[in-house]
Amino acid sequence: MEKSKSTRYIRYIITLIVLIILFALLILLNIKLGSVDVSVKDIINILFHGSGNETDYNIIWKVRLPRMMSSIILGGALALSGFLLQIFFNNPIAGPYVLGISSGSKMMVAMAMIMILSRYHSVNSAVLIIAAFAGAMLSMGFVLIISRRVKSVSMLIVCGVMIGYICSAVTDMMITFADDANIVNLHNWSLGSFSGTTWRDVGIMVSVVLPTSLIVFLMSKPIGAYQLGESYAKNMGVNIKLFRIMLVLLSSFLCACVTAFAGPISFVGIAVPHLVKSFLKTSKPLIVTPMCFLGGSVFCLGCDLIARTLFAPVELSVSTVSSIFGVPIVIYIMLKKRVH
Amino acid sequence: MEYFFYTKKLTVGYNGKPLIKDIEINLKKGKILTLIGPNGSGKSTILKSITKHLKSICGTIYIDNKSIETMSNKDISHKLAVVLTDKLKTELMTCKDVVSTGRYPYTGMLGILSEDDNLQVKNAMELVNAWDLREKDFTEISDGQRQRILLARAICQEPEIIVLDEPTSFLDIHYELELLNILRTLAEKRGITVIMSLHELDMAQKVSDLVMCVKGEYITHLGTPKEIFQKDLISELYDLSNGSYNPMFGSFEMERTKGDPKVFVIAGGGTGIAEYRTLQKKRIPFITGILHENDIDYQLAKDLSSEVFSEKSFEPISEPIFQSALKRMQSCDIVINCLKSYGEINRKNKALYETALFQGKKIIENADEL
Repeated sequence: MEKSKSTRYIRYIITLIVLIILFALLILLNIKLGSVDVSVKDIINILFHGSGNETDYNIIWKVRLPRMMSSIILGGALALSGFLLQIFFNNPIAGPYVLGISSGSKMMVAMAMIMILSRYHSVNSAVLIIAAFAGAMLSMGFVLIISRRVKSVSMLIVCGVMIGYICSAVTDMMITFADDANIVNLHNWSLGSFSGTTWRDVGIMVSVVLPTSLIVFLMSKPIGAYQLGESYAKNMGVNIKLFRIMLVLLSSFLCACVTAFAGPISFVGIAVPHLVKSFLKTSKPLIVTPMCFLGGSVFCLGCDLIARTLFAPVELSVSTVSSIFGVPIVIYIMLKKRVH
Repeated sequence: MEYFFYTKKLTVGYNGKPLIKDIEINLKKGKILTLIGPNGSGKSTILKSITKHLKSICGTIYIDNKSIETMSNKDISHKLAVVLTDKLKTELMTCKDVVSTGRYPYTGMLGILSEDDNLQVKNAMELVNAWDLREKDFTEISDGQRQRILLARAICQEPEIIVLDEPTSFLDIHYELELLNILRTLAEKRGITVIMSLHELDMAQKVSDLVMCVKGEYITHLGTPKEIFQKDLISELYDLSNGSYNPMFGSFEMERTKGDPKVFVIAGGGTGIAEYRTLQKKRIPFITGILHENDIDYQLAKDLSSEVFSEKSFEPISEPIFQSALKRMQSCDIVINCLKSYGEINRKNKALYETALFQGKKIIENADEL
């Protein structure tokens, strides 16, 4: 027993170390690479001594670092949101994007932006988060109603994708009729992008996403019980109604934060939890939750790096890159687990 | 002794619609109650109400003198553990992980197992002979192993009552016996009260202290296995117009063949059983005799043969019975003689055989020859 127990821990630690190395490497590359290449020496000077050429200084401090922070925080949030939805629906291919929750948020955020920007100069992030959350709950509401009627999981996913299409269609319609000045911004955002993040945004993200993620982590115990199904969880003393409500609220809220700041980003919510669980060879939420967050950060750092640099100076949307990496994983899961 | 688990005027059902009314169970600590009855009669409904998975419509359920209505989910989790029929869809969970969830009510906020918790998990898994499976993935073991793991999970929850819904449904006979043995041990050694539903009546008869028959709007019978496993009671419970129940063996027999019997089977001492069954399968009606009432053949003959000639236990076969059997044998064309030797009290069977021989009837030793 001791032996198997220790191999388990070794596996956890190796996964953690690999993730941390990737994380550090990607942070470095994200700071270094871009339309202007900054040497490592200059980076160290700029970051730790505050000295160096002013253009580089500004690029790093005002553009790349906040953007990087945003992919770290939002990537983690997205992965957690997916993990929670998978627990809720007891289905490995549930995620905020495929269930149309991202698109619901997107629709409401676009609506809020257009309405507010036509009158005021700027939009308050809190308003955007609230709008995104309302949109997420709207989509989630539809998904929940449908999930009561259809027992088949694949049908549920199809319905989620449909909801996503409707929301995207409505968003496109709104963008078409929006003021010219807003269109460029909205268009970029509605495809999913971490660009244009300010330190102020980062501050809000940290204060919203981190406490929410902490709550998710503290719910590890009931999540673990719920993995055996509702009936067993209830017998173990879990308040099922409250727990389910919490899962819906938390996953929608995390997804809403991401959408409010970066627009819809696809498949991170499915791919990351799956990869993390396969490496860890466990689904224990106590371990999976923090690793999922870290994994989501790494995944989004990588995707954003590729999105920025692959065809520089033309920038791809993060969603494009995350789809290319995420979809094969989703298809793999569907084939392997024979999701009905 | 006080009752540990009891219900008062309990009515259960779905969506406010009563299915079974006025259930009164009184169960002492460390006893096993088994619910039997046809499919869809509401056994699961009763069990779900007891575990509070289903709201009971009226009446009260008491565990240890406390109404479960007043108990929180957490209180109940310390008292009562379940083994359900739901197919579990776990992901990357080892058997030990599954069993460990049983410690949920006792662990801290993050659910980390202490040394003591780990010991409890180990003990529970050893009790059900599943410790070797600890590192196996839960989805990759057999149904029988899965059921043992789920029982271990329930055991390490340290409950005073375990409720099991059809725990033997997917098990082959080996695991079925093993599971029931474990339950008996839990009841006797640890004083755990067990409430379960079973399909296998023979098992219910052997493992239970108390049996409840569930059929229709009210509980028809509740009593000891001796009281419940009666021919008429069980036949009625399961509407056995197409077969019969033998309480002596706890077994069921297929319907006796109708028609005018043309075969006479001379048997005794267990020699007839195989022949009776063959004849039954071939749908050939038959008469048999002369059997003593304590003969094992007699038990089966009562259910399968058109007519049995029998003598009181331990008495030599009397002349009147011999004469009537002889007379009845006249109308048969074929005689199957299963007996190879005759003793003091069944010597008249030899006379029966010799008469058949003398009368030139077709005599065979084996019903397969027909």
